[in-house]
Amino acid sequence: MILRPLLIALLLALVLRPEWFTPVFAPLAPEGGPVIYQRASLLSLSLSHLGLVAAASLAATVVAVTLAILVTRPAGAAFRPLSRTITNMGQTFPPVAVLALAVPALGFGAGPTLVALFLYGLLPIFENATTALSTLPPATMEAARGIGLSRWQRLVRVELPLALPVTLTGIRLSVVIALGTATIGSTVAARTLGEVIIAGLLTNNTAYVLQGGLIVGLFAVLIYDALVQIERRLAARIGA
Amino acid sequence: MIEIDSITKVYGDETAVDAVSMTVQTGTITVIVGTSGSGKTTLLRMINRLEEPTSGEVRIKGQSTLAVKPHILRRRIGYAIQGHGLFPHHTVARNIGAVPELLNWSRDKTEARVDELLDLFSMEPAQFRDRYPGELSGGQQQRVGVARALASRPDLLLMDEPFGALDPIIRTRAQEDLRRIQRQLGSTIMLVTHDMEEAIRLGDRVAVMDAGKLVQHGTPAEIITQPATDFVADMVGDVERPLRLLSLIPLSDLVEDGTADGAPLSPADSLRDALSACLWTGRSAVPVVEDGAPLGRVTLDAIRARARAHT
Ligand SMILES: Nc1ncnc2c1ncn2[C@@H]1O[C@H](COP(=O)(O)OP(=O)(O)OP(=O)(O)O)[C@@H](O)[C@H]1O
Ligand SMILES: [Mg+2]
Repeated sequence: MILRPLLIALLLALVLRPEWFTPVFAPLAPEGGPVIYQRASLLSLSLSHLGLVAAASLAATVVAVTLAILVTRPAGAAFRPLSRTITNMGQTFPPVAVLALAVPALGFGAGPTLVALFLYGLLPIFENATTALSTLPPATMEAARGIGLSRWQRLVRVELPLALPVTLTGIRLSVVIALGTATIGSTVAARTLGEVIIAGLLTNNTAYVLQGGLIVGLFAVLIYDALVQIERRLAARIGA
Repeated sequence: MIEIDSITKVYGDETAVDAVSMTVQTGTITVIVGTSGSGKTTLLRMINRLEEPTSGEVRIKGQSTLAVKPHILRRRIGYAIQGHGLFPHHTVARNIGAVPELLNWSRDKTEARVDELLDLFSMEPAQFRDRYPGELSGGQQQRVGVARALASRPDLLLMDEPFGALDPIIRTRAQEDLRRIQRQLGSTIMLVTHDMEEAIRLGDRVAVMDAGKLVQHGTPAEIITQPATDFVADMVGDVERPLRLLSLIPLSDLVEDGTADGAPLSPADSLRDALSACLWTGRSAVPVVEDGAPLGRVTLDAIRARARAHT
């Protein structure tokens, strides 16, 4: 895929040297208005945006995988429907509503956005991890018990590694959703690339909207692609 | 010595294994044979406590298996199953070294053992050590599965239809390999199959199970010539019976002075091989040769007489 280096170059240029694109975006900016967003550096907005997504996704992964492990143990099987309901609610509840509800409790800033992204990200990871952990190859699991691995050793040495590729697919979905969703965090003063888009909307400046949207989109595509590559590698190792 | 003492497993209102008792001598192969659902797998899995017995107990070298934690017990008992159950994300070497690793063997000792076992199973260590199970043929995966079960020199090796998934030619070879390796290492093996042919070929002792009960436990010759019940007789098969018996007897038992024409056999070949050779080539005797030195011959008449003298 020769497209990948091109996209990476385009993204880097958009973030680090936005002024290069003045001629491209100029026709979209309002007459006499600014073409390139300059109220904050795009690099620092990007880093803050990615940081929020990474933190929320990490927390969602830890919680969702832990839950998945618990409900796939014999003792936890009874909690499976309940956990599913909870994670489902996390996803059906609109992130905007979560933001609105979280602001009184957490104040403006990164807090409410983190909560919204975290809740929104739980479901795909939980579903995939649960499915992966409950459909492991039976002969391998029987052998793992048969040769004398303890429960913990089975989990760490066999179950989690074998469940990893499918779990990672869930994480990928979750991260990509979070990358897009994080933009609305700007409405409650979280520093994300949404700031650029919203500034564009408020000032009728399509150049800003396009700039912000393009950067977010490119991050999403490239991260998605990178995670797909990792999954392929892992899955190939696990034997196909 | 492994003593199985009146072991029973009840599932709901079904008795899967019904008060089975038997003793397995160290250094022998015991083959448990029976039809599907007769409780063979359940019996085997109760020995390493993958299944807890409803009642009864198993003693290994006099010690009850209930005296240790199950996963510790299982590290002393090799376990190989149909479909091998290798860890797909570990190399061949790591798969074989899994139990030594659990037992905290040193790296060098484990590596040496892995190579030794690969050699034993005719798999070039340098070539196979670092492959993943997905990069092996079915027969090779099966061998690695058995090698893994043998790695820590366990007191006992349990095998549940280990060759079930192999094609007939590879299967015969795997059986020969197992027999050879067992002799070489002096391992004690309990193997489950529903193939009477395999039971007779491999077993020092054959245990026949029917509906959860152990109906007969004896040498292959006893099972063939003195079946305890109609069920055992059926398992052996009327038509097959004389041939099965002949397959147990080596030519060295019947070799006599004299000469015969045609391709020679070795003294370790069975009377069935000799009978087959006679019938196919129209001879009435075959020469027996060991390492190039003629030992004599075995005649068709002698084979016929031996087959009739079963009682
Ligand atoms: N976990 C279980 N729960 C309920 N019944 C079981 C369970 N495991 C086995 N059984 C029953 O116990 C009986 C013996 O099963 P087992 O697996 O020991 O048979 P087997 O001789 O190994 O058969 P096969 O040759 O088909 O493998 C069967 O009727 C089976 O349905
Ligand atoms: Mg079975």
